[in-house]
Amino acid sequence: MGLLTFKGGIHPDDGKRFSKDQAIRPIMPKGDMVYPLSQHIGAPANPVVKKGDQVLKGQMIADAGGFVSAPVYSSVSGTVKGLEQRFNPTGTKTECIVIENDGEYRETDYEPVKPLAEMTRDEILDRIANAGVVGMGGAGFPARVKLSPKEPDKIEYIIANCAECEPYITADYRRMLENTEELVSGMKVVLSLFPNAKGYFAVEDNKKDCAEKIRAAIADEPRMDVKLLMTKYPQGAERQLIYAVTKRAINSSMLPADAGCIVDNVETLIAIHTAVVEGKPLTERVVTVSGDAVASPGNFKVLLGTNHQELIDAAGGFTSAPEKLISGGPMMGFAMVTADAPVTKTSSSILAFKEDAVAKNPETACINCGRCVEVCPSRIIPSRLADYAVRHDEEAFVAMNGLECVECGSCSYVCPAKRQLKQAIGSMRKTALANKRKK
Amino acid sequence: MNENYNVSSSPHIRDKAKTSNIMLMVVIGLLPAALFGIWNFRHENAWILVVVTTAAAVLSEYIWEKLMHKPITIKDCSAVVTGLLLALNLPPTLPWWMGVVGAVFAIIVVKQLFGGLGQNFMNPALAARCFLLICFTGRMTYFVYDGVTGPTPLANLKAGEAVNTMDMLLGFTRGTIGETSVIAIMIGAMFLILMGVIDLRIPGSYLISFVVFIAIFGGHGLDPQYITAHLCGGGLMLGAWFMATDYVTSPITSSGKIIYGICMGLLTGLFRLFGGSAEGVSYAIIISNLLVPLIEKVTLPKPFGKGGEK
Repeated sequence: MGLLTFKGGIHPDDGKRFSKDQAIRPIMPKGDMVYPLSQHIGAPANPVVKKGDQVLKGQMIADAGGFVSAPVYSSVSGTVKGLEQRFNPTGTKTECIVIENDGEYRETDYEPVKPLAEMTRDEILDRIANAGVVGMGGAGFPARVKLSPKEPDKIEYIIANCAECEPYITADYRRMLENTEELVSGMKVVLSLFPNAKGYFAVEDNKKDCAEKIRAAIADEPRMDVKLLMTKYPQGAERQLIYAVTKRAINSSMLPADAGCIVDNVETLIAIHTAVVEGKPLTERVVTVSGDAVASPGNFKVLLGTNHQELIDAAGGFTSAPEKLISGGPMMGFAMVTADAPVTKTSSSILAFKEDAVAKNPETACINCGRCVEVCPSRIIPSRLADYAVRHDEEAFVAMNGLECVECGSCSYVCPAKRQLKQAIGSMRKTALANKRKK
Repeated sequence: MNENYNVSSSPHIRDKAKTSNIMLMVVIGLLPAALFGIWNFRHENAWILVVVTTAAAVLSEYIWEKLMHKPITIKDCSAVVTGLLLALNLPPTLPWWMGVVGAVFAIIVVKQLFGGLGQNFMNPALAARCFLLICFTGRMTYFVYDGVTGPTPLANLKAGEAVNTMDMLLGFTRGTIGETSVIAIMIGAMFLILMGVIDLRIPGSYLISFVVFIAIFGGHGLDPQYITAHLCGGGLMLGAWFMATDYVTSPITSSGKIIYGICMGLLTGLFRLFGGSAEGVSYAIIISNLLVPLIEKVTLPKPFGKGGEK
């Protein structure tokens, strides 16, 4: 059988060799812990602690600010230092709760859990929501909202996004190898919400060892299967992944549920397992530290709120001063001004590069070569859309399907003229979407 | 902790392919035809025209950008490509200063006046060739081989005379400097295909539609000798593989490339069979260049999720 995939996409150097063989190691943070109130899409969480309060690990410090929101939990025991404006990894200053870590990690008493079979649908969803679980691949969409489509009976596929198509990142890879059971258990929880659904683990074929491991773990699970995907970026983009697995295509005005699908990534499914089966809130995640400026790249189990500098120190520090620091993957991650920002629910990696490829390659004139068109997974014309964006011609931008862009960055990557196509299209898209909402 | 690392929008990595690398590969792809032409027309000292025309193209780009206070872009090698292509489209006996006139016209009028690289709507080398053809018709249609003046094989073919297709394939015949040897052109074209610089859509649809047109209207049906002579004659191969495939002046859409190829095939056939001159490739390509915006408009791809995913 051929490998499942989509049309377009790129094959950058995957850089995973630096960290893929490094087992997950826990980091015990020493400095202050910082918890942004907004680590998800939707309303920021509301603080429920004040300066001077003593908190325990696993204690709620901010409650959900609405239905589309998520609570935040302390990942250490210690004293609340206050509410401060701090940089988050995406480079904006946001309201954060700062906690002085007493280094004792005393945990709160968790509510006892019932076996999955005895829980009702609402009880399961409440557990997931109350644990603060959000989409941990990068989008940060509250998991409960995603798992509450209008017609649950019409969901046919739960797709575990095990593609990890971003170069360098190996956090999901290690999770699949080392926490296979928790991953499968998370899938079991989600399947229990959708009686008519099958659960597919969609793995890129450069991670065959993971596919084998999962296959062995689901031998007795008739509703689950493993699907091998072609190794290609952006294979893990939600629309492209759904298409590869089900041959159903959704556009920008549709939701995965319209194609009978729900997609959750590896880390999210493990968080769902922790929330529902172990009854514990989301306080940690696995983060890859890599890049050519890092002394010994690796994968770390990190308590949320840990400063990125502590991660870099845990990976042996820098071999030479990097030009660029990235939170997330090199294709869609955010360039960080400083390492002084906390790990949040959506931080999958921190990468440090000696050279900044963007600064090294100044933009030149488009030669109309069409490489951006060939690789665009949305099948639109990035070079023309970028022209409209530069001229701020919103009408033409929308007419030429600019809103269909998934901002994967494949166009900017291949462009021989080194144009910042995704940047131009992305900012125009934001404006156009905002204007569309106003209407 | 105030490191101030570089900040930019994602993606943070870039492919190795660069405009200058691509242009350099086109130059390398043109070398077999250029070197063969220089050797083939050694008695006519064709090398002088090739060197002077190419140098004039690069120099006029440099001087123009200097005068206009624009960044100097000669390092992207696009002017080398234009100059070399123009030279390969000139008869070996053309006075060198006419080559210079052509190069200046190509770079200044066709390319720079419209905004420089990427902005011209016609292939600069071909537009300059047509310009020279109108200005200096006599010299531009004066062909010599081994010291003997005479018609090109294509003119013979049009007059209904016999031609030696083997000589046309190898290149031992009259014509412009770079167009005579189909073998040399194909070696360069194969290189560009293997390097991923060009693909088969444009040249393929061009040549196939041309053959179909010739077979229907040529009066010789599917006679292989006649069709081979047409394929190997004139500027068809050089045009189809190196000038029709010019990124800037061809459609960006996938199906648009095929329609564009068909347009050129039909126009070339029309000009060659029913036109006043034996040759028609240059005009077919630059007229098709003008149709590109229209072709792109009608071949706009469907986006993913609206039918374009297949």
